[in-house]
Amino acid sequence: MKLLFALLTGLVFGTGIALSGMMDPAKVLNFFDLAGSWDPSLAFVMSGALVAASVGYRLVWKRKAPLFEGRFQVPTGTQIDMKLVGGSALFGIGWGIAGFCPGAAIPALGTGRWEVALFLGAVILGFWLRRIVAPLHQPRAAA
Amino acid sequence: METAFTPFSSFGGGLLIGLGAVLLMLALGRIFGATGILSGAIFPESREELSWRLALIAGMVLSPIAIFAVIGTMPALTVPVSPASIAVGGVIVGLGASLGSGCTSGHGVCGLSRLSVRSLVAVPTFMATAAITVFLIRHVFGG
Repeated sequence: MKLLFALLTGLVFGTGIALSGMMDPAKVLNFFDLAGSWDPSLAFVMSGALVAASVGYRLVWKRKAPLFEGRFQVPTGTQIDMKLVGGSALFGIGWGIAGFCPGAAIPALGTGRWEVALFLGAVILGFWLRRIVAPLHQPRAAA
Repeated sequence: METAFTPFSSFGGGLLIGLGAVLLMLALGRIFGATGILSGAIFPESREELSWRLALIAGMVLSPIAIFAVIGTMPALTVPVSPASIAVGGVIVGLGASLGSGCTSGHGVCGLSRLSVRSLVAVPTFMATAAITVFLIRHVFGG
């Protein structure tokens, strides 16, 4: 039941990615091309996602616990360090070069395009590099 | 290359992306960060941590296929950069997003909607470096 729910959740998210245009690197790169063929669509993607998540999270957090786990696992860190700023800066550079980000590329893999597989393979290589240059000290701190 | 401005489908897709994030919080109490989900699936810490990630990723990958089954066409995807750019950009994305503990979904959607201080720093950082990168590639080096 838990895994079926996770699968359907992925399907909702991925359908949103596809419908929104996030899956299309041409559109993503044009969003960042303010001085050229600017396409502001992605600002609308972000707005829609933030509206839904801001309202929805607050409704969900009225519960004591999630449906299938004992507790909510939300990151609580507030530390602004070089890893956060430098890592985010690097991420933006890579996003601007390739036009894909991980959340868009995973659903895009389903289109069967080889470029997506190449991108995700490279991302995984980057994850592995990170484990070499900066081994994990904490258990996990995604976002 | 120009792309069409799509405010309605982009906002609607954004709502679904946000809904996906909310559903994952409701079911498992987790942040929908594609970087954390993918790296946790590649380098799993336990069987328990692996299974829901694989189910979520499967749902995401199935979404374009589900769209194809319903409307008869795959979501549009145009890759305006070279395979080398995809590979290099991908490695930088993987390294940067894991160092910075998040990407567009984790920091952008989930982090901003819960007003995480770290995400409020990370998102403007990667948005800015992505825009600068696209500007340099397209307008300075004439990519």
